[in-house]
Amino acid sequence: MNKLSLLGLLSLVIRRDLVLAMRRRADVLTTLIFFVIVVSLFPLGVGPEMDMLRKMAPGVVWVAALLASMLSLGRMFSADYLDGTLEQMMLVPQSLSALVLAKILAHWMVSGLPLVIMAPVLGLQFDMPAQALWVLIAALLLGTPILSMIGAVGAALTLGLRGGGALVSLLVLPLCIPVLVFGAGAVEAIVSGTSVGSHLSLLGALLVMALVFTPWVTALALRISME
Amino acid sequence: MAINWFKYSSPSTFYGVAGKMVPWFAWSATILFVAGLYISFFVAPTDVQQSEAYRIMFIHVPASILSMFIYLVMAGYAALGLIFNTRLSSMMASALAPTGALLAFLSLWTGALWGKPMWGAWWVWDARLTSELILLFLYLGFIALHASIDDPRRADRASALLAIIGSVNVPIIYFSVQWWNTLHQGASVKFTGTSMHVAMQQGMYTMMLAVWSYAIAVSLLRVRCIILERECKAQWVSELAEVRQ
Amino acid sequence: MNWGEFFAMNGYAWYIWGSYGMALLIFIIEIVMVRHRKMLTLQQLHLMRNAEDDMT
Repeated sequence: MNKLSLLGLLSLVIRRDLVLAMRRRADVLTTLIFFVIVVSLFPLGVGPEMDMLRKMAPGVVWVAALLASMLSLGRMFSADYLDGTLEQMMLVPQSLSALVLAKILAHWMVSGLPLVIMAPVLGLQFDMPAQALWVLIAALLLGTPILSMIGAVGAALTLGLRGGGALVSLLVLPLCIPVLVFGAGAVEAIVSGTSVGSHLSLLGALLVMALVFTPWVTALALRISME
Repeated sequence: MAINWFKYSSPSTFYGVAGKMVPWFAWSATILFVAGLYISFFVAPTDVQQSEAYRIMFIHVPASILSMFIYLVMAGYAALGLIFNTRLSSMMASALAPTGALLAFLSLWTGALWGKPMWGAWWVWDARLTSELILLFLYLGFIALHASIDDPRRADRASALLAIIGSVNVPIIYFSVQWWNTLHQGASVKFTGTSMHVAMQQGMYTMMLAVWSYAIAVSLLRVRCIILERECKAQWVSELAEVRQ
Repeated sequence: MNWGEFFAMNGYAWYIWGSYGMALLIFIIEIVMVRHRKMLTLQQLHLMRNAEDDMT
């Protein structure tokens, strides 16, 4: 048996999770449709005045993305937990953190990336200017991976618990507030003509921090939940 | 001087020690409350700008500060429990959580009642108020996670990890909320920063110590319950006087 | 200063007594709940003990 390199293992796990996700395309689509519906409900709730909608757009899109990313968290580890794959993963010689990072990346590709691609279309519904749409995409590209990473910790802590779905939102949403603040703030900044760079660089800093710590913390949480 | 601290970290020893400590803290809390309320209402003069309404601060400030402090203490105990695997630390962490959550709620409630006459609104999205609200959410998350795991060992360890993540996050959240607040030029309300009257300071400190003693007393009572619940099969529990009768 | 004036708190009575009333309420509720929990735990322990005595 030849030992896999770390990168080989990462790409293997990512490919496996992507194949599994593609076999159950309905799950991926449900999250995306949820995102679209939530954003589209807002104008119906607050009225169609374009001025107000334009002002609300960044916040609405970000909150909807936050909620949509909560929906898919339960799936991150539960299937692997139920069929015993997770237990096997803990036994591989490579570090569990690396495996977790791969799973987080795969999760982001099927649940975060579609939101990023869809967001500009929804922004048009709110009459957002083109410049703001680009910033929105950039902010979401930086921010949604953080949501997946923080979410992974929550998913690992609530692994196999009854009522895990609501619980994981309760645990994770307060921790996601900085992402929401800087993400929506970046788009608002471009609309109001102030500097976007500081918001985006703070989001980037959060991303780097999450990238360093969350895989390790998630691995720790998985070990706590599995023992 | 070699005190064996680990002796006190065994639940059976601590159960007795806590039982002896509770009356002391309960009585000092009572006395300090009486003294503190007397100073706050009869000694401290009426504020020039806020009239009598500032007297809410005597309960609001201690509740706010202690709710934050208790979260840190809770996370500290949780971390000890996670690292050194001491059962008592985890029990202390879960005993502190409800008290901290209630104080966070009290801080929000009194803040709203102070804000209405002073700012003209029950709630403003001020950085401190928002952070306090998020702190309450973090407490609730900790309690909910602990309650929904049946295995006590996993519950302790999982919620300990959550408490540590929360305490790392609190400064980031506070900073981001403050940033957000200045961007929106919201109600950047400051306390009327005039020099506080000496009696006002004394009232504040006395009330602070009172709430502190109260929090210690009630958490010790709660940790005694938790110890009994967890150790119900142990020999020493069945030999306790209150169980034997 | 008479008591009526004191309780009126210069027009801020609702806010001030609302704050301190809630504080009192919270402290009482918490103490009652902890005592109740202790009672339940001791009851449980008595039951367990009696069950053991029955077995032996």
